[in-house]
Amino acid sequence: MMIKRRMPSLLTASLLLAFTSFTVHADDDEHEGRARIPLLPKYQQECSACHVAYPPGMLPAASWQRLMNGLPKHFGTDASLDAATTKALSTWLTANAGSRSAPPQDRITQSSWFLHEHDEVPTRTWQRASIKSPANCAACHTRADQGDFNERFIRIPR
Amino acid sequence: MNNFHRSWRQPALRTGRVAGLVTGLLMALSAQAQTNTPAQLLSQYSQQAGTRPDASKGQQFFTSKHGREWACASCHRATPTGTGQHAATGRPIRPLAPGFNPERFTDAAKTEKWFRRNCNDVAGRECTAAEKADVLAWLLTLKP
Repeated sequence: MMIKRRMPSLLTASLLLAFTSFTVHADDDEHEGRARIPLLPKYQQECSACHVAYPPGMLPAASWQRLMNGLPKHFGTDASLDAATTKALSTWLTANAGSRSAPPQDRITQSSWFLHEHDEVPTRTWQRASIKSPANCAACHTRADQGDFNERFIRIPR
Repeated sequence: MNNFHRSWRQPALRTGRVAGLVTGLLMALSAQAQTNTPAQLLSQYSQQAGTRPDASKGQQFFTSKHGREWACASCHRATPTGTGQHAATGRPIRPLAPGFNPERFTDAAKTEKWFRRNCNDVAGRECTAAEKADVLAWLLTLKP
């Protein structure tokens, strides 16, 4: 029973909790800072039909360039755009890209930060019909379409 | 969030009428580039095809596989009057039938873009004008 514990232990526990909160908060800021770049309307329009329009900071420039050069074969589908649009989006994505190293296959969901953030999600959960894929941010991140991935707004559907 | 929206809207009240007029004019001017109707697009595809559209052929085309993993129905559902789901990403897809989603087939360029891409995914080629006409004719038979 907490009441009967000595003060020093309570104090230590409180300090530990505060320190943990601080590091978790700093971690969120690092992601949230990037996620808050307002999306280019054309990017939102052209790149949110099949998945959330991912914040550009989630990939480095090299990844975005490879993706934009390979739109006809975009992770198994044809996502091609006219040349002018492709160029405009490439420029904007490159200018707002993140600085981490490129993930395997340029997949955001294979980034080490992504895997770390989601390491408590069982494989079975990704397979739910309401979710289907880790690429489907908006299934659980209820404000993903607004670029808000804050923990507070997560709701994991059945 | 609410306060932000209110303050954004209030200053516009005085100039609302002028803004509305200007917007209306701009929309009318851009209308030619963007706004079509499903019936108009159907007519164009039929003319290109040189055949009468066949809705039941359209339904068959839509719900069949064409030598590859997906059919149109894999994402849009066999009767696309409700929300579909992207077969790979799980993303919800708004209804394809114009009777259930008035935005559909109102922009020729957008329609052509999606036919080009999705026919490539489903059939490995462009859809013919006749196929597009058949599919659109069938979609137009779906009423609430």
